[in-house]
Amino acid sequence: MAILSTRRPLLPWHTDMLLIPCPYCGDRAEIEFTYGGEAHVARGEDPSALDDEKWSEFLYFRKNPKGPHAERWRHVHGCGRFFNVVRDTTTDVILASYEIGATRPDLGSFRSKERE
Amino acid sequence: MQKFSALGLLRAALSNHAGWQRQWRMPEPKPEYDVIIVGAGGHGLATAYYLAKDHGITNVAVLDRGWLGGGNTGRNTTIIRSNYLFDESAALYEHALKLWEGLSRDLNYNVMYSPRGVLMLAHNIHDVQSLKRHVHANRLNGIDNEWLSRQECKKFCPPLNISSDIRYPVLGGALQRRGGTARHDAVAWGYARAADGRGVDIIQNCEVTKIRRLPAGAVEGVETTRGFIRAKKVGVVAAGHTSVVLSTAGMRLPLESFPLQALVSEPVKPVFPCVVMSNTIHAYLSQSDKGELVIGAGTDVYTSYTQRGALHITNHTLEAVCELVPVARRLRMLRSWGGIVDVTPDRSPIIAKTAVPGLFVNCGRGTGGFKATPGSGHVFAWTIAKDEPHRINAPFTIERFRDGYLIDEAAAAAVAH
Repeated sequence: MAILSTRRPLLPWHTDMLLIPCPYCGDRAEIEFTYGGEAHVARGEDPSALDDEKWSEFLYFRKNPKGPHAERWRHVHGCGRFFNVVRDTTTDVILASYEIGATRPDLGSFRSKERE
Repeated sequence: MQKFSALGLLRAALSNHAGWQRQWRMPEPKPEYDVIIVGAGGHGLATAYYLAKDHGITNVAVLDRGWLGGGNTGRNTTIIRSNYLFDESAALYEHALKLWEGLSRDLNYNVMYSPRGVLMLAHNIHDVQSLKRHVHANRLNGIDNEWLSRQECKKFCPPLNISSDIRYPVLGGALQRRGGTARHDAVAWGYARAADGRGVDIIQNCEVTKIRRLPAGAVEGVETTRGFIRAKKVGVVAAGHTSVVLSTAGMRLPLESFPLQALVSEPVKPVFPCVVMSNTIHAYLSQSDKGELVIGAGTDVYTSYTQRGALHITNHTLEAVCELVPVARRLRMLRSWGGIVDVTPDRSPIIAKTAVPGLFVNCGRGTGGFKATPGSGHVFAWTIAKDEPHRINAPFTIERFRDGYLIDEAAAAAVAH
């Protein structure tokens, strides 16, 4: 019963939607958030110095991995703040959440952990 | 290939239906092919069929990780239309629609194409203006599309609620009469059977694990779970998994994969005569020949490969359906599912050569790939056979994102397209 009474569901498909850990407010339902796409996509310091190839990469090319994915979320119906989440796109399990500006956890470590 | 006909059916009936043959072979992969198609969905199978039929290239293999037609071909809501705003998309989808019209005869397989009309509803002034713009743009391109008033919408689709006191009242709609539905599985099976009949090998349960390249960069072949297969030309038609497959060749495309959900109700007698779509409140539905209401919901907000999706997405769609079509309110939903769709930034597909010699890609179909199946396969086969794009898919390059020539149906069509 101990497992069933925790707030986090046993398996991701036991829930209606994602339960997202906001670093400021704690676990909240997905509908309180908006999605901000891939995290750590930095705009060039001097965009006009970039060639078309590099500029289109910044605008349009994203990683789209099958596995751990670092992404931005914004808690619009809560604290209103942006933060980052690492979610496994094969299971939708959220592996980590951290503040904007913090360094990204090593995605490889999640991969090996899951394999164990 | 055993030809299907009324006479053949009669003959088979007289012999207790014992004489039906398998519709396609289950071949072992050969060590080398002229062309390998990765993905045995509708688009991949259609590509193989037109390679054999139009270009005489029959030494072709279609590989699939699972069974043929088991991905998004088996998961979509089977809607066909060509009323796209921009000239480039209109040409592509109208090309497909013209092929749909003769497809059953061409394949000698009943794909159950049913031009029952696609009615797109307007709920506010912006919708009215935007849909009327579509009507005019379509007519300039020789594509049928007409504006219906509120009452005309009701007449065309009697179950529709046109009351003015609902949350999003119907103000009118754009109707494409040649639009409609087809049987999705039959499309995959029909193309598979016809391609197989022309010598194409369809190899199921054979996952491509890596696209191998020669030191100079050109394609050498594909590594699969059933061994290495050599080919000078590889066409990737892997829908939501295109990014995954292409990354093995060291290629990146402007794609993101999202779950898109659909659901069907319990079957009922014919109540719904056409296809109704509403982009504003995001609902679209039609009735299958089995009697189920087939309902398309939206994509989830986040990228995923889970083939599921959140319940609030389908809830949102069902709320809209219940208001628009009150007879649906007491129907129980039988099944819901998700498919993984690969979405480009402008919501238009990529059907093109890549920078890698011998590697071709047909992807980015987003939330609306089924309707394009015959046209997409036809122009992709041309591109692979001639090593240059057909006039119709020439604008659908990868380079358009670098050069700024977007075909921005995302802005034109909002969600469902």
